[in-house]
Amino acid sequence: MSTISPADTAWMLIATAMVLVMTPALGFFYGGLVRAKNTLNTMMMSFVALGFVGIAWALIGYSLAFSEGSGLLGSFRNTFLNGVRLESHGTIPHILFVAYQGTFAIITAALISGAIVERMRFGPYLTFVTLWSIVVYAPIAHWVWGGGWLGKLGALDFAGGTVVHINAAAAALVIALVLGTRKDYARQAIIPQNVPFTLLGAGLLWFGWFGFNGGSAFGANASAALAFANTMFAPSATLVVWSLLDLMRTRKTTAVGAATAIVVGLVAITPAAGFVSPLSAIAIGGIAAAPSYFALLWRARSRVDDSLDVVSAHGVGGMVGALLTGVLAEKSWNGVGDGALFGNMRQLGIQAIAIVATIAYSAVATFVVVKVIALGFNLRASVKEEGIGLDVTQHGEEAYSRGEGAILVHADGGI
Amino acid sequence: MKLVVAIVRPEKLNEVLEALYRAEVTGLTISRVRGHGGETEQVETYRGTTVKVELHDKVRLEIGVSDHFVEPTVRAILSAGRTGEVGDGKIFVLPVEKVYRIRTGEEDRAAVTPITMEESPA
Repeated sequence: MSTISPADTAWMLIATAMVLVMTPALGFFYGGLVRAKNTLNTMMMSFVALGFVGIAWALIGYSLAFSEGSGLLGSFRNTFLNGVRLESHGTIPHILFVAYQGTFAIITAALISGAIVERMRFGPYLTFVTLWSIVVYAPIAHWVWGGGWLGKLGALDFAGGTVVHINAAAAALVIALVLGTRKDYARQAIIPQNVPFTLLGAGLLWFGWFGFNGGSAFGANASAALAFANTMFAPSATLVVWSLLDLMRTRKTTAVGAATAIVVGLVAITPAAGFVSPLSAIAIGGIAAAPSYFALLWRARSRVDDSLDVVSAHGVGGMVGALLTGVLAEKSWNGVGDGALFGNMRQLGIQAIAIVATIAYSAVATFVVVKVIALGFNLRASVKEEGIGLDVTQHGEEAYSRGEGAILVHADGGI
Repeated sequence: MKLVVAIVRPEKLNEVLEALYRAEVTGLTISRVRGHGGETEQVETYRGTTVKVELHDKVRLEIGVSDHFVEPTVRAILSAGRTGEVGDGKIFVLPVEKVYRIRTGEEDRAAVTPITMEESPA
């Protein structure tokens, strides 16, 4: 217990709360982008992860990801939080480390929901995120951070470019393809119901991301400060480049574009946050704008109904960030290793291996999870339910209820 | 001239509009309304409060047309607005005494004929 640092613990307590708030923030980000009749359903897809994935993490996910095991998977040593007490893990209490990592599992699962909004039944969704966090998230977290083979290989992923973003994006693409397009997709205009929600979500995500990246230093130290500053400047650069691209293409700078740019910049700097110089972070943020921008344009014309563009934002942005980490990492800043630009060509190859391995495992394992659930459940809402909207059909509530014509039903069933 | 008033499902509005445009009916006004027509009730619960929602969201279209456009207008709405379930809505065709186009002061048939369309004999 003597190695616990009060300063580090204080920062990680705050950082954990900040990452937790990113999931409701994601709910607002996504909730603003769907149609009014699906607002609550979309936001609930994020909110329920706080419960279902949080508990799955405490009971089994953490153990599979972080307890000592093989290169591929942890063990069952810490299931049900067995052996997790107040002893030190690094310089913070072990239980705080579990909580902090749990917030990552929660938001990663919630990210996937952007690909399947407005059409998936809620029961199967609950089953999906719960199983996915155990079967897909925990192993990949182990590979990179839990003492697994990618970490040993030397893959650099400061706060989750592969584990969180590329992983979620691969899963999102698979489940979107399995579910199929919304009935109205490419037939009617489907436009955002509340852009201010989306901006609010983007703002709160940025705030929380300081805990996501800064906290991934696991201490109140210089590495955290570097990650923190990079988390500020990289999305700034993305926002600038994105706005200019928007201006050149449409002569207008869009609000939904700005919100998206912030997320893309945050995603891109995530793997690099504590490894690159602030100027490199600005370069990463700026460079990351273009691939995601054009991926979004292409996707909207395609037959892939990744409705809220998880792949373009988190997949493409995550890959750009992970690769550029392998280029721009600087030992004089991070004390860990150099990237290709500073003489270590090998790092770029390792980053590529981490990307390919993550996509491959996530895609295959997600497919299996979805297909297993499909054996027992009908995944899709009916055409009629899609028409009425998932708020009323899945939750029995409306986001914007005016109460006209609502007649009180008493508990005994009478009127 | 007639005023065609149609109450349709909001989720069918896009299809109805497409059908109307295909029938070359382009001048119309819509409003969001709530109404009740015998469809099954929808139950909602907010914490301890359970309510039956008796009034359902509908869209009301108002379309002023010259007489020979009544039939195509009604047919377009009937085919595109139908799901076959209770709650698909109604169409009312009302006589119209007088129509003015505010911009030009044109009256009656001239006022309900879109400027893009050649005047055709009735």
